[in-house]
Amino acid sequence: MFTGRQIVSTLEQLRVSHVIWVPDSTFGTWEADLESSDQLELIRVCREGEAWPLAAGLQVGGKSPVIMMQTTGMFESGDAMRNVLFDLQVPLFAIIGVRNWLIAESPDSARRFAEPVIDAWSLNHVWIAKESDKPKLSEHFTACQQAKQAGVVLMAEGKG
Amino acid sequence: MPVQAALEHLAQIRTDTDIIVTNQSSARLWPRLSQHPLDFNYNPSNMGGAVPFALGLAISQPERDVIVLSGDGSLLMNLGCLVTVVASGATNISILLLDNNMYEVTGGQKTPASDYSTDYARLAQAGGFRMVHKFSGLDDWQAGSSDFFTSPGPRFGWFTVGPTPSEVFGDTFPPIARRTEQFRTVLRR
Repeated sequence: MFTGRQIVSTLEQLRVSHVIWVPDSTFGTWEADLESSDQLELIRVCREGEAWPLAAGLQVGGKSPVIMMQTTGMFESGDAMRNVLFDLQVPLFAIIGVRNWLIAESPDSARRFAEPVIDAWSLNHVWIAKESDKPKLSEHFTACQQAKQAGVVLMAEGKG
Repeated sequence: MPVQAALEHLAQIRTDTDIIVTNQSSARLWPRLSQHPLDFNYNPSNMGGAVPFALGLAISQPERDVIVLSGDGSLLMNLGCLVTVVASGATNISILLLDNNMYEVTGGQKTPASDYSTDYARLAQAGGFRMVHKFSGLDDWQAGSSDFFTSPGPRFGWFTVGPTPSEVFGDTFPPIARRTEQFRTVLRR
């Protein structure tokens, strides 16, 4: 749905300072545009469990980071996410790619568990599953910022 | 090296602008040695989370030096963070590895490295840390700490330490959400 240019433009308008990510095959196509932004700094982490505390340090230090990872990485990094969102109560914002969501017949267990896991963590989330959903990214980010709450965008993907 | 003596020296030499991030055992001991506004005792933390948290602080607060204390068990859970630190380009971060060769807060069980001679200095060197030093004892730490912290970063210091005094594990602290908010306020002054 989003092109690299579109996602960079959106994040720049939201005054995001850093993107901390582990790419998947959808987000990965945005890499060159993210790197070419004068406003955004792209930080690559080795595993998703690093992304949450790193973003927390940035946010506590005065920056405005966004995390990007696939659902698989969210599963892997659950304890790090729990700690910074619920113990430290740092209101981070994440864009989570939901692998195979757009393939209804997919047997991918990462697809099956995506929404139940998000619900289990009580994460305030919106779905972007079609073109007309795209404005929800800015709307949800802004609403979460104003409420000083953590938020998640679930980005429906095809094959990952 | 007695861990308390090692940290007492750190408390004496840290500058007034240094941020100190502790976690696990060090988060219990450090508050008995230091009550500085730029101390962040990251407990409860997720294991392995202290170095990435400190890296976020280092990137967002480039005018300050960030010193993070990590245990060996925590570092082993997140060895990739050594690469992430170097790749980030941050030079204002020092990792001090307090290696007591066990999972201390759960009762002293072995880590996967306990029966082997894991060379953390070589791991850090291979990862690209510009300053790496294994402090052989308290004398070495006291004599070499100034050179260590004035060397170009990122820096990695390795300490083989004894157990943390058990009495600190009974200490209680205010909720970390409140301490995080206080720390945020200090950083933004």
